[in-house]
Amino acid sequence: MPKKYETPLLDELEKGPFPSFVTEIKKAAAKSSMAGDELGQLEKSYRDRRGYWKHGGIVGVRGYGSGVIGRYSSLPEEFPEVANFHTVRINSPSAFFYTSDSLRQMCDIWDKYGSGLTNMHGSTGDIILLGTTTDKLEPIFAEFSSRGWDLGGSGSALRTPSCCVGPARCEWANIDTLDLTYNLTQEFQDEMHRPAFPYKFKFKVAGCAVDCIASIARADCSIIGTWRGKIAVNQAEVANYAKSGMNIQSEIVDMCPTKCMSYDGKELKIKDEDCSRCMHCIAKMTKALKPTGEKGATILMGSKAPFVIGATLSWVIVPFIKLEPPYDEFKDLVRKMWEFWDEHGKNRERIGELIIRRGMREFLEFIGVDPVPQQVKEPRRDPFFFWKEEDFQK
Amino acid sequence: MEKEEVKQKIYELVEKSVGKKKLKSSDIQKTVSADAGITRDEVKDALRDLIDEGKLIYTYFGGSFVEIPPKE
Repeated sequence: MPKKYETPLLDELEKGPFPSFVTEIKKAAAKSSMAGDELGQLEKSYRDRRGYWKHGGIVGVRGYGSGVIGRYSSLPEEFPEVANFHTVRINSPSAFFYTSDSLRQMCDIWDKYGSGLTNMHGSTGDIILLGTTTDKLEPIFAEFSSRGWDLGGSGSALRTPSCCVGPARCEWANIDTLDLTYNLTQEFQDEMHRPAFPYKFKFKVAGCAVDCIASIARADCSIIGTWRGKIAVNQAEVANYAKSGMNIQSEIVDMCPTKCMSYDGKELKIKDEDCSRCMHCIAKMTKALKPTGEKGATILMGSKAPFVIGATLSWVIVPFIKLEPPYDEFKDLVRKMWEFWDEHGKNRERIGELIIRRGMREFLEFIGVDPVPQQVKEPRRDPFFFWKEEDFQK
Repeated sequence: MEKEEVKQKIYELVEKSVGKKKLKSSDIQKTVSADAGITRDEVKDALRDLIDEGKLIYTYFGGSFVEIPPKE
């Protein structure tokens, strides 16, 4: 029978109409002693205003350096059921498509071997199973792998690539985000399961600049679908939007970041050569505007949460690349980037931090990409590319 | 160089570093490939065998490292 704890502070977080994580942990605690002690320790953390978790160490399954994150209570005598409370990451499928049956199977395995608590999905995009003991790791892995699942990435490795729903559910996808994510996952199995990088590396694939997966803010390599052509304008549909109450001047034209649009009350005009393909107008006037021409992606590098140098957004490295199977050009580019990182990166230095430390020039030269205006992140403020004297003599 | 020899070199390198420095997989690949005059892929392959055999393990201490498993 799981031990019961008084949780007056946590109970406060059950109030209100929104679903509460405390309620969920309590439900799990009704049948799992691990979830019970998790609740007890959390209440103590709230009371003492400090955390009681440690992570890392020597846990995993044979042959893998990723996918299991050791987690331990620093109060094992007081909360023995969470003395070991390891996290298991399961590689999620592209865009998180599951059958209800596969979710049931997963949860049954987790009820059998773990705390019953999950986190769908963690910030990495994996299926996160919260709380198990060291001796249960191999059986969990065997159960999942026998059903076709595999562990996700953790540690100094490639993290599980993730993507938006792309062409599976969205009309704006300029690239097949699902296929690319699947393909990268298959190609880079070693990089994901056998950590060999200076630190973590994340791919996130968005089908267009709306960037539903927030790739630009949370991936070392952000892949964002774009196009190389004009925006086709259906003027009859523009008129319909206006008739239905849309203020095209203030909601569309004035919001254009490059001011490439004009509207005279009858006709919407776009100066395509000035368009930065931000998707604002297309997302607002779906029926009236449509990208045309060649489809591909922009490759950006370097976003991350605060750590050594604070939060950064990714910046453009390759303004346009065709992304079609087998994606060899892109994979070769990625391998060059990793080579640069491997050569110069310090322990726990993200690739974006390395580019800032060593300079964009060195990075671009190493990966064989020419400097182009689209790479300039902050015009007139950030001279990211330092020219050498010999460059002017060419 | 035979794969078994490469594995031996890797193991010795990791063993020598115990208590001094935690080695990352890339440290091992760089050092052994330079010492033995072989490619990094060959070192990687031998390292994979050692991990699969359980002679070496991955650990995580603020970064991922390759170490000798603790004695039971």
